[in-house]
Amino acid sequence: MPWDRNQMAARAAEELQDGWYVNLGIGIPTLVANYVGDKDITLQSENGMLGMGPFPFEGDEDPDLINAGKQTITELNRTAYFDSATSFGMIRGGKIAAAILGAMEVAENGDLANWMIPGKLVKGMGGAMDLVAGVGRVIVVMDHTNKHGDSKLLKECTLPLTGKAVVDRIITNLGVLDVVEGGLKIVECADGVTEEELRAATEATIV
Amino acid sequence: MKKIYPNAAEALDGLLFDGMFIAAGGFGLCGIPELLLGAIKDAGTKDLTFASNNAGVDDFGIGILLQTRQVKKMISSYVGENAEFMRQYLSGELELEFNPQGTLAERMRAGGCGIPGFYTKTGVGTVIAEGKEHKDFNGETYIMEEGIFADLAIVKAWKADETGNLIFRKTARNFNPPAAMCGKTCVVEVEEIVPTGSLDPDHIHLPGIYVHRIIQGDHEKRIEQRTTRKREEA
Repeated sequence: MPWDRNQMAARAAEELQDGWYVNLGIGIPTLVANYVGDKDITLQSENGMLGMGPFPFEGDEDPDLINAGKQTITELNRTAYFDSATSFGMIRGGKIAAAILGAMEVAENGDLANWMIPGKLVKGMGGAMDLVAGVGRVIVVMDHTNKHGDSKLLKECTLPLTGKAVVDRIITNLGVLDVVEGGLKIVECADGVTEEELRAATEATIV
Repeated sequence: MKKIYPNAAEALDGLLFDGMFIAAGGFGLCGIPELLLGAIKDAGTKDLTFASNNAGVDDFGIGILLQTRQVKKMISSYVGENAEFMRQYLSGELELEFNPQGTLAERMRAGGCGIPGFYTKTGVGTVIAEGKEHKDFNGETYIMEEGIFADLAIVKAWKADETGNLIFRKTARNFNPPAAMCGKTCVVEVEEIVPTGSLDPDHIHLPGIYVHRIIQGDHEKRIEQRTTRKREEA
């Protein structure tokens, strides 16, 4: 059985090390926060917050306290607020240890596409280009194939890039792969998925 | 010099002109200068260029100026929540310049600091880098981005004293300080104007040197994505 969303998030949480400052993207990456366990992880929200807490209880929502997905959230006793220029200063300056984010396509050289499909509605890149260019480690969490069954791990991206050669590790429903010299390297397969199945579902070169 | 004005319309008096460039604070609908945007709508100023991270929603934020076709161009990082925006953009009525969010924030900060250009890794190898100067530092490639110098900055803060020293609240700070800094003139709306001397000087987020006019008003502070969790049963 391939991993489900929660199992992918749990596997991604294993990537985080005690003491890290981390930025989590929207979608499955948001779920990673549920699986960090006892590790001392500080979550950054790029709209200007370190130490992001859980969603508020009903009735406690504060319009002045949202995350980068514009959802109401809460603060923790360690929380610090700052402006957007400072926020992206710490991102661009390499102070954030890792970003975990979703993707539409990843190429075998680490190119990432996750912000735009030409001809469709273009919403914008938000902070994604800054994050992938600036943080220490870029970890992509996504389904291995698209809804047509085609590989999202490609020899070359077909969509406009978010960043060039920026991805370090990819966690999909089928397994974990690293971007290395010459292509992708299988780190592990999801429970019940064979290496042959993973290779068959992957267009990118596996070394 | 007195910085306090009775309302948004009077605070903007003499500052608005067709074709002007406005930098606005706010992230989504959080910390947006909603009263000043309303007054710009009422003034009917046209062909506006806005540097603002987002474009509001159809009936709130900058969205209200899209309804009245007062906006010529947006410089933003994310505009996904606004159907009227998409309609005008796709029909060619509205220009759009996407900036990565951190690049937009730094362009504002830089402009306010007298820095006309800076180099960043963000966007290298993407469409954002096309036509921009590339330069290598220590073996890595960077692109040049330009500082923003706006005719006017409109900003929302939580509290101001009578000299314009500002305090923001939680994540409503966001783009407001850099937007304030890059405006030739900066008009601020706050929830409360407090007597000079009542704010702790060590706790000022943005000093009054950046602030020229202040109004106090009631804010709707709309929530875009109300998200909650269940209280656990005791």
